[in-house]
Amino acid sequence: MDSIGNVIMYFVFALAIIVFSVLAVTTKKILRSATYLLFVLLATAGIYFQMDYEFLGATQIAVYAGGIVVLFVFAIMLTHKPGEDSEALNSHRRALGLTACGLGVLVCGAALFSFMKIRDAVELATSGDYTVNQLGADLLSNKGYLLPFEALSVLLLACIIGAIVIARKR
Amino acid sequence: MYLIPSLIMFGCGVYGFITRKNMIAMLISLELMLNAVDINFAVFNRYLFPNGHEGMFFSLFAIAIAAAETAVAIAIIINVYRVAKKVDINQITKMKF
Repeated sequence: MDSIGNVIMYFVFALAIIVFSVLAVTTKKILRSATYLLFVLLATAGIYFQMDYEFLGATQIAVYAGGIVVLFVFAIMLTHKPGEDSEALNSHRRALGLTACGLGVLVCGAALFSFMKIRDAVELATSGDYTVNQLGADLLSNKGYLLPFEALSVLLLACIIGAIVIARKR
Repeated sequence: MYLIPSLIMFGCGVYGFITRKNMIAMLISLELMLNAVDINFAVFNRYLFPNGHEGMFFSLFAIAIAAAETAVAIAIIINVYRVAKKVDINQITKMKF
């Protein structure tokens, strides 16, 4: 967060995230909503790259922007007729949603700003080692990530089989 | 500093999850919330504990689990559409007691 380019990129990413996430939940057309979700995910990957988490950003792009958004688009095309809008919200539901969202954002924002007042200069530490080498060594060492890693592989296998079984044509 | 867009993203996810009737749109809102949480994990790891990798691994595992969950959820939605020809939650009342 020192050079002017970094600050400009931060504002670009933050603005993209804010604008596109608001648009993704307020737009009437569902396919547009999926497209705005794609932009939000790409901006998130940009934030990861800015924090020197290159592997996390690459995973975000490959898994989210490459996989999940394509899944969403396919599901939307399979279940919607083209040009079909979602119906208008009734005011009761919108008021409920706005209340929940506003309360949550208010509480978390108050906590965030009080935290910022306490330590306003949280500097980006430069001492971390975030290469893919180090990550792989950590993942397979005895630091405790091996069991979740293996459990995750079993979960992915179960998910593949489950998705095939659920979506299979009888 | 990175927490502000993440907070607004989470708020949008909550709003969309409550107000949307379409199941796919609700899933999109869910993805927004999960993504905000991933950013929070990464930011807290980077700023508060820069020598560890815990938050980053949490984000990686959360991304993988979110992918699995989305695949299963979309399979279920397509199956529901095949049975009921609808994806709106207030029109699917077949399993209501």
